[in-house]
Order: sequence, then structure tokens, then C-alpha cells
Amino acid sequence: MFRSRGQRLVRGSWLSRLVTLTVMLTLACSGASQPAPSGGGGASAPRPTGAGGQPAAGAASAPAGAGGAPSAASPGGAAWGEGLQPKRGGELVFVVGAEPPSFDGHRESTFAMLHWTAPHYSLLVTFDPFDYPRVVGDVAESWEISPDGLTYTFKLRDNVKFHDGTPLTARDVKATYDKIIFPPPGVVSARRAVYSAVERVDAPDPHTVVFTLKYPQPAMLSLLASPFNFLYKADILEQDPHWYERNVLGSGPFRFVEYVPGSHWVGRRYEDYHIPGQPYLDGFRAIFVRDPAAQVAAIRGGRAQIEFRGFAPSQRDDLVRALGNEIVVQESPWTCSLYVAFNNERPPFNDVRFRKALTLAVDRWGGSQALSQIAIVKEVGGLQRPGSPFAVPPDQLVTFAGYGRDINAARQQARQLLREAGVPEGFTFTLKNRDVPMPYEPVGIFLVDQWRRIGLNVNHVQQESGPFLNDLRSGEYEASVDFNCDFMDEPDLQLAKFLSADKSPANYGRYNDPVLDDLYDRQSRELNVEARKQLVWQYERRVLDEQVYAMVVLWWQRIVPHHASVKGWKITPSHYVNQDLRTVWLAQ
Amino acid sequence: MARYILTRLLLMLPTLLGVAVLTFLLLRVVPGDVVTLKYSGEGAYVPRETIEAERERLGLNQPLWKQFVDWVWGVARLDFGTSMWTGRPIAQEIAIRFQLSLQLAIMATLIAVLLALPLGTLAALKQDTWVDYAIRVFSIAGLATPSFWLGIVLILFLLILFRWSPPVTFTPLFEDPLANLSLLIWPALAVGYRYSAVATRMTRSTLLEVLREDYIRTARAKGLRERAVVVRHGLRNALLPVVTVIGLEFAFLIGGLVVTEQVFNLNGLGKLMVEAISRRDYTLTQALTMLGAAVYVVVNFIIDIVYVLLDPRVSYS
Repeated sequence: MFRSRGQRLVRGSWLSRLVTLTVMLTLACSGASQPAPSGGGGASAPRPTGAGGQPAAGAASAPAGAGGAPSAASPGGAAWGEGLQPKRGGELVFVVGAEPPSFDGHRESTFAMLHWTAPHYSLLVTFDPFDYPRVVGDVAESWEISPDGLTYTFKLRDNVKFHDGTPLTARDVKATYDKIIFPPPGVVSARRAVYSAVERVDAPDPHTVVFTLKYPQPAMLSLLASPFNFLYKADILEQDPHWYERNVLGSGPFRFVEYVPGSHWVGRRYEDYHIPGQPYLDGFRAIFVRDPAAQVAAIRGGRAQIEFRGFAPSQRDDLVRALGNEIVVQESPWTCSLYVAFNNERPPFNDVRFRKALTLAVDRWGGSQALSQIAIVKEVGGLQRPGSPFAVPPDQLVTFAGYGRDINAARQQARQLLREAGVPEGFTFTLKNRDVPMPYEPVGIFLVDQWRRIGLNVNHVQQESGPFLNDLRSGEYEASVDFNCDFMDEPDLQLAKFLSADKSPANYGRYNDPVLDDLYDRQSRELNVEARKQLVWQYERRVLDEQVYAMVVLWWQRIVPHHASVKGWKITPSHYVNQDLRTVWLAQ
Repeated sequence: MARYILTRLLLMLPTLLGVAVLTFLLLRVVPGDVVTLKYSGEGAYVPRETIEAERERLGLNQPLWKQFVDWVWGVARLDFGTSMWTGRPIAQEIAIRFQLSLQLAIMATLIAVLLALPLGTLAALKQDTWVDYAIRVFSIAGLATPSFWLGIVLILFLLILFRWSPPVTFTPLFEDPLANLSLLIWPALAVGYRYSAVATRMTRSTLLEVLREDYIRTARAKGLRERAVVVRHGLRNALLPVVTVIGLEFAFLIGGLVVTEQVFNLNGLGKLMVEAISRRDYTLTQALTMLGAAVYVVVNFIIDIVYVLLDPRVSYS
């Protein structure tokens, strides 16, 4: 606020109104968790990540900063009841922030479908709920992979039944995967491209399924463990391949009971579940609560016990302050990243020098420290989640443009590159972003600030999802925040987004690079792990350093506070995985 | 009177048609469509031809006039179609939420009337006394306080003092009255308070005006008790504008409580409208807008009929 000399503040009524407004705002905001970062949620203490799936890479992870908030985090297995004897009984009530567009796991890609429906379905193979990313059998009892990597033979359990009592056989598994990999006309399969290596699926007998590949793909077993690959009934698919979009019939640990749109979803234990002793819960109730503040209030007031996707740091602190030892917090690095897509067709974004300047200007290490206190971002990494098996090692990562530790030198280099590219001081461009508070808004503001430090002016335009996606797809943008979320750490998934635009429908950068495409294909087929890593790292260097087609800002941090009575659920880096609730139990 | 009623009913049709045209066109002007939103979710790599096929299936590639005609023809047959997002019949989507929204509107209206009429009357009778000032402060606070903010404060109050929060799912009143009222009393109070503020001030000002009329002085001069003067002669004449205000507010409450529904996690029509718009679910948004318009038109009509009942001098020919 500015005032000219000699101008006197009018006290009295002005001040009293200001005080009144401050009191009102304080009342409204205190304890009511706000997902937006304004005002911050208070410094949060560093949270132990022992319960997370993968340990963060040492040098790559920045500390969360000094904290002062009380912590009820329980490190390690205590949070999820490691070593304790599960108890049967009880109904788990959890909150979901969005509703399913349909119930078909093969069609959808959102947690908004998965969190509701996953408890009703089995998978062929799945991720170990306590040892991500180890793959274990679900309906599959055992499997063999041929030495040439072209044939995957699965032996199925013989006690698996659908909820209508009919047995699940290899025919159902084949029908399911035919729908996923070779969908009939008019049927949407969101991950069809992921299985492009599969030539055919056979069911030589009722308990054997064989996948034959066109070329070896080392990731195939993990890709088959996709939590979206619900096993459907062949008879139903033959009659109507769209049936599962509006109906639920699985072989999972819970039967479907009720769904009231906009309200709740109920499941009950399936007594004939194929894993003896499981599930432990009598049932579950998923409640649709869209507003983050209302989600926190529901957990705080005991109306729900957990929200599986994740909360912001301020919401976590709010719950810890309010509930103390009744709440535990599990945290984990997340297989989601926020990055900036450049429209490589528009000047000056079509100049690699300009793009490189933009990435050099961003202090990721400092940003990680600051932003992790107010937003669900933390780790600094490339295209692979830091700490994951194929992540670029920290000593190599710091050699990428924008990842060095000396930000001043990087910004000097950035300014030089701008001059070389002929971009004048004060150049203005638009950064488009979603109008979602967490974590898009704080990261967008951070980027604007960072680019200002090399003399660029940025218009930060936040759009509703509809127009935002429209502009991304149609190329009506210069730079745009975008995200990448996958169900597991796998180069075949994370790198696919950055393939040439004519190969990857999810690449909005409007560039084609045959070198990248070749690297992708080679790494996808490379059976030697170390050789594959080299190819992945070459790919990353080309995207992030040599050509800077896009720039990764930060990886997300998953924070799940839940009632201490909830046991048997261990956080993983993916919010898609481990949602069938079969191992979950209630301590009271 | 019958002719008036028939004319009013017929006049609803062009009003609703105008709303339909405006809504239809405005929705299509807004960028983004339901298919893009559906298939551009987390990690989705849906081929462009699949997106185009879905757009074709939903009729989004047809000429605008054909889409409009198909929709209007469906509405004329009371067939509102299916939601573009969920594929469920729109009538079903609305029916699930309508009960809650209607009950909340009725409860808020009752609270508002129970507060507004006595307080407004008292303020008018005790004009310029401390009673009047207190009631005016109370009503101005209601006008100044957003109902959603009051809702947040109520929830915090319950959480902090009693470590209790209202239920987060709706139970019909006749299934479990306690659970039902535990959920709805708080938003009804928050909304009803603000709603009563408008009606209180309207009651006070119109009653003050009426109490200055000659017939009131005549009634007092005849020796009628003050209560009879105020209630039978004063309030009854002062109620006409109050009825209008209450009626219009009631119409707004059906589907207008967007933020309040978010705060209390109410599965009502307001929340449904926000979701429909953000998803570019044209059919559902159109249906909800038509429902809102129809409610306003019908409520206005009912208000006009109530005028006749309240004031015999009012007649329609």
C-alpha cells in the first residue's frame, strides 16, 4: 500500500473495520485447512519416510526445512501395523475426492474410478502390498517367462470365483486382456499402447494363460500388474463389452453393495475370496467429499478414517494438531511429477537456447525446500522418479541443465543464452496452468518468480480444466504446466509421454524426434538392466538437457494421514496401487 | 381468475424456451468439451480417433441446430436424456439430489420465517428503541455474513468444542430422522440466518409503513387490542412484499447453494450443477438450468396466487 507524504491515515472506522475483517478471516481460516498455499500451513517438521515404498535418492532429495509443528508420524511399519496380528471385523470408511466417470478399469485412468472399484476386482498379478514394486500373484498362482522373453505362461489358482459364484478361468483372463490389448471397435482401452509388444493371448486350458510377445519387453510382468487390469467375465464381455462401464461384477475381496451417485459407495466382504483369511474387514464405505477442507473435517470429526490419495502439508499438520496420537502419517515420494511443456513450434520456444535458459533459471533445490512446506511437491528429479530403479544417478543429474547446485552460475548462463537467442530483457510470455490449488498454483507462482530473475516477464494464466486441456491439445499455448502420473516406476510408462508427437497422443510439446523414438524402442526391448539404464539416461538427457523439449520442475510427495486404528495398508509411491483393501484391518 | 392462471401457465413456455436457447448457446461457446476432459486424465494415452469416435457417439459433431432440436424435442416429452459424463439418465441424477435440496430449502425457509416475522414485527413496534437496534444489528450481520463462511465456523465450532462433525452422507428424513437432521440442521441454520436477515428488514420496513396508515389509526380508535391491530390489520397488509422476498429466496435455494453444499458436503443440486459445468456435461447442465428456471417461474406464479389470498383487493382479470 502506498501513500503520499503528508497523507494521514484515517484511523477510527478504517482501523476498526480492518480489525473486524482480520478477526473474521482468522476465525474462518484457523483450523479450516485450505489446500491453497496462501499464508502457508505453518512450517512442517520433516516427516520420516520409512513407510514409503522406495527410499529417496540420497543427494537428490532436499530436506523439507525446519519445522515446528507437532508430529504424530510413526516411522516404519508401526504406522501400518507391521508384525501385528490382523483382526477381523469392522467397516473402513474412507473419503474419495472425485467420482468415477465409469466403472470400467480398462477405460479409465483416474484414481477417481480406482479407489471406489478396486476392492471388487482381482488382477492376474499385482504389486506386493508391503513390498512395492515386487510383483506377486493374485489370480495367478505361478508363472514362467521363456528364456527369450517372448512367452509368459501363467498358472491360475483353481479356487477363484466371481461374486455370482461362477469360477474364474483362463478364458476370462484371455477375454479381459483381449479387451485391453485388442479392444473391439467402439471400446476404449486407455492403456492399449502399453501392451503393443503383445502379439496374442491364449488360454490352452482352464488354468493356463499364455502371453506371446512380438519382441521381448522386460517391463511386461510389471505392466501386467497394472491396478487397472480388472479381470472381467468372458460371458459378459461377449454379450456386451460396455457392460462393465455401468456395472460391477468381480472376483475381488469385496462384493458390490450400493452406489449412490454424489454420495457414497458400499462394499461387503466376499466370503469366497480366493486368498484364505482375507479380507479382514467386514466391509467398506467410500464417501464422496470433493472439498479438501471438508475431507479434513470428516477425518477430524471421526466420520472417515482415511483418504488414500493424499493431503497437503497444512492439512496434515491440522490433523496432527487436532488429533495427536489418534492420527498417524505415512509419507512417500509419489510417481507423479509436475513439468512444463513448451510449444516447440512457437518462437522463441522453437529455439533450444531459449528453452535451455528457462530450465537453467529455475532453482529446483531451493524450490524443493520451500515448496515442500506448503505443497505436495518435494523431490528433484528427471523423467524417472528420484530413487526409483531407473532414475538418473544424482552425480549425473546435476550435470543436466537446470539441475546444478550453483544457481547463480546457471542464471548467468541463462542470460547469456537469452542474448544469443536474441530474446530481449523484459520479454513477456504466457504460462498456462490449471486452476487447481494443489500443487499447480504454488508451482506456477514459483516458476514465474524464477523466470523473472533472468529478466523475463510471465503472465500466469490459470484455466479451468476444460479450456486448459483444450489449449494443450490444440497447441494454443506457449508454455504450460502439465503433470505426469503413472501406476508404477517404469520407463516404458514415464518416457512414453515425451515421444514424438506423432507417436504419443499425450505429448503436447509439438515436436518430433526420431532419435528419442529410437532410444525409447531400444530401452523398451533391452533385457540387460544396466544397458537399459544407459539408454534411459540417454533419453532423459536428450529431453531435459540437450533439447529441453520440456522441463521437469519437481516430483510430488504423497502425504496420507489416517486414524491410527487403520492397519494393514502401507503407502506406496503410487496412489493407484494397493487399493483392493484385502490386507486392511482395524485395530479397534 | 381461471383465465389469468391459464395465461400465466402459457406464458411460462416462451420464458423457458428463451432460457433453453440461451443456455444451449452459452455452453457451446465455452471452450473445452466433455470428451477431452474424460480422456485426458492421469496418464491416459487414448488415441485421437477414439476421442473422435466418442464425440460422434455423443452427437457433438452434429450441427448445432440439430443438437438443439433433438434436445428440445426430448424435453417436450420429458425425456432429458443421459449425462454425457456418467451415461446415467439425467432424471435419475437429479432425483437423487432433489430430495436433499428441497428439504434444505424448506428447512432454511422455515427458520427464516420463524426468525424474520417476529423479529421484524418487534423491530417495527419498538422502533428506535434498543430492541429495534439489536434486531437491526442482528439482521445486518446476517446480510453481511456469507452463509458458507458461517457454515465453516459452525463446523469448526462443533469440531473444536465437541470433537464432532455432522454426518457426511445424506439419510432420508423418514429413514433416520436423527441422522437426517444432524446433517441438515447446520446448513439450514447458516442459510436460514442469512435468508432471515433480508426478510426481517423487509418485514420491519413494510410494517412501519403500514402502521402509519389511516386504517390502523381507525382500528386503534375503535378500541381493538393492539395485537389484533398489528396482526390482523398491519401484518397482513405488510406481508405482500415479504412473501415475494421469501418466495424468490426459496427458489434460489433449490440449486443455488453451491458453496454451502461444498462446505457441508451435501449431495445437492448446486454441487451437481458445478460438476456438470466443469465437466462440460451439456445435457446435464441444460437440464439443471431448465429445472432452476422452471422453479423460479412456478414460484413466481404461486406468489401471485398467494397475493390474492392475502389481499382481497388484488384480483386478476
